Amino acid sequence: MQSNIPLFPESASSMSSQVDYLYFFQVANLLFFAGVVAALVVYFAIRYRREKSPKSEPIHGSMILEVAWSVIPLGISLVMFVWGAWVYFHFYRPPANAMEIYGTGKQWMWKFQHVEGAREINQLHVPVDRDVRVVLTSQDVIHDFAVPAFRLKGDVIPGRYSSVWFRATKTGTYRLFCDQYCGTLHSGMVGEVIVMKPEEYQQWLSTRAEGSLGQQGEKIFQQLGCNTCHRNDSLARGPNLAGLYGNPVKMKDGSMVIADEGYIRESIVSPNAKIVAGFDSIMPTFQGQINEDDMIALVYYIKSLQNQQPGGPVKTSPNSTEVPGANPPVKLQ
Amino acid sequence: MSDRSVVIHESPRHEAHHPMLQHHFDDMEQQKEASSLGMWIFLITEIMFFGGMFAAYLVYRHSYYDAFVWGSSSLNIIYGGVNTAVLIFSSFTMAMAVHSAQLGMRKLLIFFLLLTLLFGGIFLGIKAIEYHDKYVEHHIPGHSFNFEPVTLPDGKLHNVDQANAQLFFSLYFAMTGMHAIHMIVGAGLLSALIYMAWRGKFSASYYTPVENIGLYWHFVDIVWIFLFPLLYLISRVHH
Amino acid sequence: MATNEMPREHYLNSEFGIKSWLLTKDHKRIGILYLLTITFFFFVGGFFATMIRIHLLTPEGALVSADNYNKMFTMHGIMMVFFFLVPSVPAVLGNFVLPLMLGAKDVAFPKLNLLSWYLLVVGGCVTLWALVSGGVDTGWTFYTPFSTTFSNTHVITAAMGIFIAGFSSILTGLNFIVTIHRMRAPGLTWFRLPLFVWAAYATSMIQVLGTPVIAITMVLVGLERAFHIGIFDPAYGGDPVLFQHMFWFYSHPAVYIMILPGMGIISEIISTFSRKPIFGYRFVAFSSLAIAVFGFIVWSHHMFVAGISVYAAMVASFLSFAVAIPSAIKTFNWAATLYKGSISYRTPMLYAFGFIGLFTIGGLTGLFLATLGLDIHLHDTYFIIAHFHYIMVGGMVMAYLGGIHYWWPKITGRMYPEGWAKLSAMIVFLGFNLTFFPQFILGYLGMPRRYASYPSEWQVLHVLSTAGASILAVGYLLPMIYLLYSLRFGEVAGPNPWGATTLEWQTTSPPPLHNFEEAPVVTEEVYHYSKEQEAAFV
Repeated sequence: MQSNIPLFPESASSMSSQVDYLYFFQVANLLFFAGVVAALVVYFAIRYRREKSPKSEPIHGSMILEVAWSVIPLGISLVMFVWGAWVYFHFYRPPANAMEIYGTGKQWMWKFQHVEGAREINQLHVPVDRDVRVVLTSQDVIHDFAVPAFRLKGDVIPGRYSSVWFRATKTGTYRLFCDQYCGTLHSGMVGEVIVMKPEEYQQWLSTRAEGSLGQQGEKIFQQLGCNTCHRNDSLARGPNLAGLYGNPVKMKDGSMVIADEGYIRESIVSPNAKIVAGFDSIMPTFQGQINEDDMIALVYYIKSLQNQQPGGPVKTSPNSTEVPGANPPVKLQ
Repeated sequence: MSDRSVVIHESPRHEAHHPMLQHHFDDMEQQKEASSLGMWIFLITEIMFFGGMFAAYLVYRHSYYDAFVWGSSSLNIIYGGVNTAVLIFSSFTMAMAVHSAQLGMRKLLIFFLLLTLLFGGIFLGIKAIEYHDKYVEHHIPGHSFNFEPVTLPDGKLHNVDQANAQLFFSLYFAMTGMHAIHMIVGAGLLSALIYMAWRGKFSASYYTPVENIGLYWHFVDIVWIFLFPLLYLISRVHH
Repeated sequence: MATNEMPREHYLNSEFGIKSWLLTKDHKRIGILYLLTITFFFFVGGFFATMIRIHLLTPEGALVSADNYNKMFTMHGIMMVFFFLVPSVPAVLGNFVLPLMLGAKDVAFPKLNLLSWYLLVVGGCVTLWALVSGGVDTGWTFYTPFSTTFSNTHVITAAMGIFIAGFSSILTGLNFIVTIHRMRAPGLTWFRLPLFVWAAYATSMIQVLGTPVIAITMVLVGLERAFHIGIFDPAYGGDPVLFQHMFWFYSHPAVYIMILPGMGIISEIISTFSRKPIFGYRFVAFSSLAIAVFGFIVWSHHMFVAGISVYAAMVASFLSFAVAIPSAIKTFNWAATLYKGSISYRTPMLYAFGFIGLFTIGGLTGLFLATLGLDIHLHDTYFIIAHFHYIMVGGMVMAYLGGIHYWWPKITGRMYPEGWAKLSAMIVFLGFNLTFFPQFILGYLGMPRRYASYPSEWQVLHVLSTAGASILAVGYLLPMIYLLYSLRFGEVAGPNPWGATTLEWQTTSPPPLHNFEEAPVVTEEVYHYSKEQEAAFV
């Protein structure tokens, strides 16, 4: 939108106009009620000013009016609530088969890793008209991944994975901001989401081919010696990781936990927090030995062991469900 | 919140009034009711204050159940139990002190206040011993924190997550420490009461400070009644 | 009408000397001590606001480094929230007026009242010490793990300052609750109480129940920072979102601590200057209580994108709409009070008109934020900043200034110069709108909060905002001058220059040391304007 004073942000995602409709409804509601109140106040103030109205009339109230101006705003609020919740649900239910990109926020930059191997800093290339889910974590403090053109944002929290999803509908370059104060260069943690036509995106990917995310993860899996205990034969001292992701796991104390990205990460940094039934608490902690970039590669690799094909494309588990409650809110689809 | 008129208080303007009547009050009854209500409201703020820590404890206990169970199990239940009994008994002696004050029995009042103070001191002493034990066992959060592996019923050794165990002890010290600080303040208040009682400030017609500080003491007792089961007892594993 | 004379003996000349002020137990003198203190804190916070707005004149940041900018918005927030907005009306006007309105000689616990003032002063000094020894850069919200582990500034000092000041607030609330319950004049039943008292009561409930939670949260932040114990830091097993829950559990009700007393002032002003009882008195009274109660269960609406579950978000959103309804009820009742009134345009009434307009806009933009799908886009942008400044500055500060002008005759015995006061009110209204309206637009465009630099195409909006701020500053400085002037040269006010009906106006201006020559007895309904009162005030 070209104008001298910018008044409205670009719309570049499938959700943008949904949010804008909510906004326009709210603006209309505000103009109406503020207008009515202002008009009444101005009118009464003039009509009943002391010179014209030397004697006041003590009116104590009116039940009808009280009910009316309680019930009507309540009704309008209910509409706003339901509509807003519906849009919110859409933001928090990524479509199945969304392509995944992994990101890390750290003071003061964004790092993104494409599954095929491309890595970027402060830029995120995505194809247009594709559902994209960005899985995020922080290396240090809380950040926030915000793209105003997509009307999208989500906090990026250390110690857990969160995700946002979008479908860009227009090619172009859109601003990415960190939207949770994170220290000195918070205002410098700005980037770009670059939406490309699918062919251009593929071409761009191929120019950045390094090892795929799964391959990187496999390397780390071996470097850290995970395969010493997590293997498929009689020397195994830890649970077999094939087919782990997305499925329930039975714990020593009898409870069941869904193996999502957060569970996998926790098992690596705090192995004694949850012990799998039938195993002992002998896994050492890797806290401090892996940064979040390598961690996500490792987690991705373990996710991919679904099909016992290390390094292959990930198929999301049909059994995935969301982990409810206050525990790590990783969305599994 | 009734709609009836407030009872008209007789203003004792030039007549003799109780020496402890503060002049912004109309009479002793109003003063007593006001200071009681004030103490109750203050205690409610204390509930909210401790409540924050209780909430944090409950949240983390749910998330890190294993470490918290083993942390609880490492606390000395005998010390905790004795302390509970000591505090309950001290609440009894405090109630007796208030009763003595009501009856205007000065010597008995001082006796029960001293007993209450003594029991408070015993509580703090046992707490100090517990804290020392925690220090020796390296259970104090910080650089030298180390929670040893525990032995399971089947004889196997079980490693407890160190960060989560440290969290348990952080909350343990924060909660019992805050409680101990309140006990120390209570001990100070009791000492002041003993002094005032010895100087003859209280009588059957005026003993409001004894009553109000009694309320405070009972509150500190009740906080412990919650702390003890939450920290020491629930899901305890005998080992 | 005979010219008024100052009463010979009143609370200001009953005693002289610094000790008579620093050791006073008189709620009226304590109110004035608070007035001086929070005015000072307001200008400290205002200084930082000025720095912020000047810095944002250019896209790269005109004035300071990024680190110093971060310290400036942090100190602006801390000073304004904890040391101006929370204490202002209760501690200044509440302390002065409440016992008078109740027909009492003082508050229930005068010595505790003095202690409250000292706690605010000490807390403020500790916080200012954090400032002068290098500053704090965590934002007034202290989110972890930045505040506990990563910030290199004086976090513990600032947290302790806030902790101490919190007890000032708690004790004031405690004092007011007991005073209202136990020290009302004979005949002053609950439903004859002025609405300012209902508002003060609701506010005191929140102060007493909510403030201890921020106290323990600040203690835990301090402990974690000092000893690395890991309650909120994920590197040690803690949960940073738990901090947010604990912080906002107080800080949301805190905004109702800030606004409810202001609403109480508006009720008094509108009634007096329309010469009518407030329309729907009981609804307004109960709305104050409803806001206090509902205000405690909506804190999660600050965390819609923080990682809470979708279901928790829905509950918080629904309740946030619910808490808006009582405010709407009040607004409609105020407007309805004007109908068939006899309205005077004196300065307090102008501030009340401004309040109604700006609070309505601010409150309605709250609905934008309660709307889940919309809050995702608006969270942590300038839209939020505009929203709360409309309510706090456009609402609360205007109500406070209106109250200061309204009760100035009672406090000082003198009238302020009406012409200058009206001019200031209009300057404030104009400057305020110019400062903050562009920020709604900036917010929807996506400008994040707490940014020291921004995309260059947004500069025009920032320049407009800064221009407005400079006008607003004039509007705030003028009263400093003419109110001081009026102490010496203002017209003597007399006991009831406004012809108001509440009890504080039935004693001299300034009041005697013990408030009333004879203990008042109430026999009429509140806001009952007699013919004599009508004739007395033109």
